Amino acid sequence: MDHAAAAPAPHHETATGLDTFKLGFWTFIGSETLFFGSLIATYMVYKGQSVRGPYPSDVFDIPLTSISTFVLLMSSLMMVLALAAVQRGDRKGTLTWLLATAGFGAIFLGFQSYEFTHFYHEGLTLGTNLFGSSFFVLTGFHGAHVTIGVIWLMALWVQALRGKLGQADAVKVEVAGLYWHFVDIVWIVIFTLVYLLE
Amino acid sequence: MATAEATIRTAAEPKSGIWSWITTVDHKRIGIMYGVTALAFFLIGGIEALLIRIQLAKPENDFLSAEVYNQMFTMHGTTMIFLFAMPIFVALFNYIVPLQIGARDVAFPRLNALSYWIFLLGGLFLNASFLFGAAPNAGWFGYAPLTSTTYSPGLNIDFWAVGLQILGVSSIMGGVNFITTIINLRAPGMTLMRMPLFTWMTFVTSFLLITALPVLAVGLFFLSFDRFYGTNFYVANAGGEPILWQHLFWIFGHPEVYILILPAFGIISDVLPTFARKPLFGYALVVYSGVLIAFISWGVWAHHMFATGLGPIADSFFAITTMIVGIPTGVKIFNWLATLWGGKIKFTTAMLFAIGLIPLFTMGGVSGMHHASPPADLQQTDTYYVVAHFHYVILGGVAMGIFSGIYYWFPKITGKFLDETLGKWHFWLFVIGVNLTFFPMHFAGLLGMPRRTFTYSAELNLQTYNMIETIGGFVTAIATLVFIWNVVRSLRKGEAAGANPWGAHTLEWATTSPPPEYNFAELPEIRSREPLWDHPEDYDAQAQIVTHEIHMPSPSFWPLLTAIGVTVTFGLMMTKLWWPPLIGLAWTAIAVMNWAYEPASKH
Repeated sequence: MDHAAAAPAPHHETATGLDTFKLGFWTFIGSETLFFGSLIATYMVYKGQSVRGPYPSDVFDIPLTSISTFVLLMSSLMMVLALAAVQRGDRKGTLTWLLATAGFGAIFLGFQSYEFTHFYHEGLTLGTNLFGSSFFVLTGFHGAHVTIGVIWLMALWVQALRGKLGQADAVKVEVAGLYWHFVDIVWIVIFTLVYLLE
Repeated sequence: MATAEATIRTAAEPKSGIWSWITTVDHKRIGIMYGVTALAFFLIGGIEALLIRIQLAKPENDFLSAEVYNQMFTMHGTTMIFLFAMPIFVALFNYIVPLQIGARDVAFPRLNALSYWIFLLGGLFLNASFLFGAAPNAGWFGYAPLTSTTYSPGLNIDFWAVGLQILGVSSIMGGVNFITTIINLRAPGMTLMRMPLFTWMTFVTSFLLITALPVLAVGLFFLSFDRFYGTNFYVANAGGEPILWQHLFWIFGHPEVYILILPAFGIISDVLPTFARKPLFGYALVVYSGVLIAFISWGVWAHHMFATGLGPIADSFFAITTMIVGIPTGVKIFNWLATLWGGKIKFTTAMLFAIGLIPLFTMGGVSGMHHASPPADLQQTDTYYVVAHFHYVILGGVAMGIFSGIYYWFPKITGKFLDETLGKWHFWLFVIGVNLTFFPMHFAGLLGMPRRTFTYSAELNLQTYNMIETIGGFVTAIATLVFIWNVVRSLRKGEAAGANPWGAHTLEWATTSPPPEYNFAELPEIRSREPLWDHPEDYDAQAQIVTHEIHMPSPSFWPLLTAIGVTVTFGLMMTKLWWPPLIGLAWTAIAVMNWAYEPASKH
């Protein structure tokens, strides 16, 4: 995470007019789509191939997961509000909405922990069957990404608290937002393909 | 007129000594570190090759046991691809691309340093396996279920999966860095279609890196989770499919070989015009064909799997796409030939390697096309015919491009020429050695010499072929020694080289040899593809006057600490416990946080 706006001097013009950090991060998101794409593709290929249970329909609680999905989706809204606050130099709004985004993300992680524990008690582990392996690895990597996002947002929140996240630093929040929205979109895909299409 | 140093603002850090190298974020120094490290691994991979050739020199030989032989061919492939070929191109991407686009450094200098340190640590990690007598031994392609704990219970594959996982992070970060650099840091007037071909191919290769390496990462996570945490991704009796590994590996693996060859194509596309004193023929076609090769390379992977029973529809699809991918390559060959035609050719060593690539790579391409036919491939697969094919494209293509680039850019990097006489000895010994080793393999392969086996029966009557191949290996080794001697000697007392000793046309030659820390004082607006040929009056390297403050990125040790964190995180997976990697993650997180709070430039 290199917070230089453009290398080497911050006021240097870039060939496209785009911020270098933002451009670099979009590129990284590109690689992440291949990463999650491969994990999702594997889940789809292995769907229905487990030779023993528990099977998805034995353990999934769609209403509950719908709530956590909604929470994560709302966190993206909070993120948009946080960015708007930073861009207009609203310190109080920045603090509120960054905390709210991180908070909703943490609530999502809480739901995930509950769900994983519940599945474990139903007899589903990493090694039980193909469903356990592919499900836990896919959602586990996603959860790890959310966790990193929450930490990142809290670090930005601390910066804002110290008065170091002004309008000139808006791109830092924008890039964190880019990451956060990406992780949210990945979850929408996972929720659709893994939970709803079951 | 000397350049004015007074207004360059850099942190007051020492410019010499080991600490300055450990904390450097200068693309030129990072390039040198990549180059030296890659060449060291080249020698290790070469020794592994010689050991293989000694074992195969006669049938039923007992120079190496089967187990050691398996470790040799696995580490030879893994080392040459991941620890030599990829990093040596990154060395040149690092040193040359910012100069070619008129930039002062790459987009993310500390990320650049991170990529280097991760590469070094990953390479050391992989080779540390030798200390445990457990070097990887299931081939550089590590097929499941051989790599499962059932069939490979030792540490060998643990080292392999974890080592490659570490190295992958380096490549992805590098890809992100170079894409951003090339898009955003070009000097005014340097449009995409005015960029030198080496920069163009770096750009295309970087897209392949960021898309192919994540797929390998997923395949390796599945393998390591199967081995460490009991998952079932490749476990057949849980319903898993070992062939999933092959798909994931080759979806990475085929773009990977284009990651290897496209930079070589880029290098000779810059070298041939210089020593033919003519612009590259069909610049746009050479660019577009490179882009097309990259796209199509995504659709050919299962040609590595024709013998796995995919079925006639899959076989036909991949046969057709594989044949199609040869077309843009052919386009490049014709453009290079047309560049030479009518030119005033100067046969420097760099030029010899560049010209030599054309026929030798073509030979490898032709045998590759033979593999494209599934019925023909069913005979060729797993024989030395395949070994002949890929060594012709790698040694005849990739290595020729690398050596051409080294002889071409050595004067820019060091301010001294490599000796031309020694260079010509290197070239001819290399060409003879490579052909002696790999040409007979076409025949030996079709006559039944199997791959990946430590010995062969005398009844196969292939000992003469094998003996010639081994002799060729030693000729190539001598060529390499000549090259090393040339490098060492030239560094000490090579002939001095000026800013543009070859009379070349691209921007890296518009500054001194070696360049100052800030690369260029001022650059006039770029107005053509061959700025130094079309507007030489604009580019006097010696008359650079620094007229304003130049802010250079400051050195940092957080990249090295982060690299250690990444290595420790993955390495601790080998404990097979879930919590040790979290220690590594915590270390990495702390290093990254400090990195993030450190200003890029301390001014």
